[in-house]
Amino acid sequence: MHELDVGEQLYRFPGGLKLRHHKQIACRDELIRPDMPEALYLPLQQHQGPAGERVVDPGDRVLKGQPLTRARHDREVPVHAPTSGTIRAIKSWPVSWPPDSEAECLVLEPDGQEIWFETDALTNWREAEPAELVERIKSAGLAGLGGAMFPTAAKLRGDWPHVHTLILNGSECEPYISCDEMLMRERPDAIVEGGLILARALGARRVIVAIEDQMGAVEKSLSSALAEHDPDGLCRIVEVTTIYPEGGEKQLVQVLTGAEVPHDGLPQHLGLACLNVGTAAATRDAVIDGKPLIERIVTVSGPGVAHPRNLITLLGTPVADLLRAAGGAHDDTERLVLGGPMSGLPLASDRIPIAKGSNCILVLRHQDTRREQPVMPCINCGECVRVCPASLLPQELYKYLRADEHDEADSLNLFDCIECGCCAHVCPSHIPLVDWYRHGKGVLRERGIEDARAQQARLRFEAREKRIAEEKQQRRRKREQREARLQSGTEARSEVQAAIERARSRAAGSDEDGDR
Amino acid sequence: MKLTLAGAPHFPPINSVSGIMKQVLYALIPAIAAHLWFFGFGILLQIALAVAFALALEALMLRLRERPLKPFLSDYSAVVTAVLFALCMPPLAPWWIALTGMLFAIVVAKHLYGGLGHNLFNPAMVGFAAVIVAFPLDMSQWLAPRQLSPGLPGLWQTVQAVFTGSLPESLSWDTLSQATPLDALKTGVAENRLVTEIRDAPIFGDFGGLGWEWIANFYALGGLWLLYRRVISWHVPVALLGTVIVVTVPMWLMGPDINPSPLQHIFSGALVMAAFFIATDPVSGSSTMKGRLVFGVGVAILTLAIRRFGGYPDGVAFAVLLMNMAVPLIDRLTRPRTYGH
Repeated sequence: MHELDVGEQLYRFPGGLKLRHHKQIACRDELIRPDMPEALYLPLQQHQGPAGERVVDPGDRVLKGQPLTRARHDREVPVHAPTSGTIRAIKSWPVSWPPDSEAECLVLEPDGQEIWFETDALTNWREAEPAELVERIKSAGLAGLGGAMFPTAAKLRGDWPHVHTLILNGSECEPYISCDEMLMRERPDAIVEGGLILARALGARRVIVAIEDQMGAVEKSLSSALAEHDPDGLCRIVEVTTIYPEGGEKQLVQVLTGAEVPHDGLPQHLGLACLNVGTAAATRDAVIDGKPLIERIVTVSGPGVAHPRNLITLLGTPVADLLRAAGGAHDDTERLVLGGPMSGLPLASDRIPIAKGSNCILVLRHQDTRREQPVMPCINCGECVRVCPASLLPQELYKYLRADEHDEADSLNLFDCIECGCCAHVCPSHIPLVDWYRHGKGVLRERGIEDARAQQARLRFEAREKRIAEEKQQRRRKREQREARLQSGTEARSEVQAAIERARSRAAGSDEDGDR
Repeated sequence: MKLTLAGAPHFPPINSVSGIMKQVLYALIPAIAAHLWFFGFGILLQIALAVAFALALEALMLRLRERPLKPFLSDYSAVVTAVLFALCMPPLAPWWIALTGMLFAIVVAKHLYGGLGHNLFNPAMVGFAAVIVAFPLDMSQWLAPRQLSPGLPGLWQTVQAVFTGSLPESLSWDTLSQATPLDALKTGVAENRLVTEIRDAPIFGDFGGLGWEWIANFYALGGLWLLYRRVISWHVPVALLGTVIVVTVPMWLMGPDINPSPLQHIFSGALVMAAFFIATDPVSGSSTMKGRLVFGVGVAILTLAIRRFGGYPDGVAFAVLLMNMAVPLIDRLTRPRTYGH
């Protein structure tokens, strides 16, 4: 396969929006840790995939970094104790996804001692086998820190041809989110080292660190880290133009290579692996220090919070504790968003805990979300078509979904929508387009499940029909045999009859039978 | 803290229907002013009449269809329809022409098809087509531009003429009215006169019709502003005007005596207005970028064909309506390739 050039030349993706950044407001103050919460709420599932197997029980005392669940395969990701303390309960607790729902969480009451569980550091990772590196990354509980929370181990090994280039995504294109920018400023060495470890785990020969062209200090700090940790010159920093959503995986691949990730494939099928810079830093900590993923940087920002800033946050910390650490939320706060303003999830409660993919808490007041007009009919203006980075026809998708014609929407590639929110942001009719697409995908997925069920039912039905037909045939065969037997029986009887008659006639002294 | 759970994006949209419509209205101001200068007060009265009828009919239809009045009356879409229609009217056209036009535009073309966003045809052009077919005589009573007029009627005289149909004694239709340049061209060519010869008439200006060419310039000015404001995209104007140039330049070079020049084509009639304000109507136009190019090319070719072969001096309205019919097909055939497919 022809190997793609990555970052040699920059390309444009269609559509997208230039948005005001609002990033600096949270970068002015230094990174701090919020006060230790009274309790940490740890969802057993903090990634895309099934939860690991729980290995602790309520009442157990746990140490910092101790595994609480165990992964049985690459799609499962273990969760570790962010600090030492006691497991108080396993209970249903509000979580971010799906919105307004609860999930099973371990409640950990910190003891304030911060006593570490045994750590297994690997000093010379440069000589370690890739498989061993992947195992360490897996058991450290790594999942994509950019927000998608895809299990990292499952990104590193799978059924694809050779991965030649690792792309470290440092372009967090959404407004307000600045946790990656902060990380790149504060821990550039960890990112570079982590990137090199990931490259070794993948067997990749190049590492591209993609950052936004508006990140100023970041380029400098990363460059000096490269000079120190990358003697072989594997890594390269590439500045990409800041156009939302250029930090989306598919768009970043397009910007760096000009190629598109096939709709039924992965970047790995192009020989690329895309990971977040935060994941790279966590990889370094996991491999070199032997420390599992128990904390991350979270941006708390938005017009509704008093002192926007970035916080080093233990997983499981409730949002309320972060708000407090950021000076508190305004009284007229109306919406808490996990993620950015364009594609973030609305939170139903400030009790929701920070998980591995929680990059930003955005605090919005009433006037920040207010709409000046009710939802109007689509006027077919085509603005959504212009800004769609996936080259979809958002207004047609909407019309089909509104009319419950989900198959038509599917044939217009509804599932290729990345839910970036550009279309809804420019819609003059204020139609909540992304909501429609999410709903439509849900219906189609459900129908997919239903289809599978129907398929099963059909198979069962066919099997039953076949069985019945076979039984019928068997019965018929039996009957035929019996009839045959019976027939032969009547024959027999008639023979008997004939014999009797012969006997009778003989008795009558007839000569008729005399010829025989 | 009372939290709301609406889906992303969480900031309000940056555009609104009324915002777009208002900008279209602002962009029409230069052309209206030019119209006022060259043809007198008629345009103001025509706009006032059409807007009043449009809003009244809009309200009536919303009431009948049991839709809320406020959001739809304040979206300015009916006002835009009315103003575009009025700009196509002869300045002294009687009041019931505006009423008839708005009946067809607002009631038939818009609400009977489902209201805002659902009309297949451009409402202003449906209204225009209806009145030009129904009242060809009244619709041909154009005033001569200021420079050729013995005196444009004043405000009161205009009101009288529009409402009663009678002109003050000092003025008569014979002195006031004048064929439009496109009319003159059409009749002239039909009489086997040379284009160059026809163009010697005083109603022709430097490259289009006298007065008309300036109105067209101001339409273009407003249109460029809309482009700058991204209310319209470049595809339709470029495709439409580009096609007119590409088609008429060789014809004109081959036979300058029998074929009008490209500038003559562009700067007379409603071509520039259509390029920026009519064929760019989002609802009845194509929504894909490629589709808009096709739409613009189609309008241009049909307009030229009607001007050359048809029964009407200007064919823009019919060209737009014909292309409106083709939009569903165009949209289907010009779907962009989805990422990764």
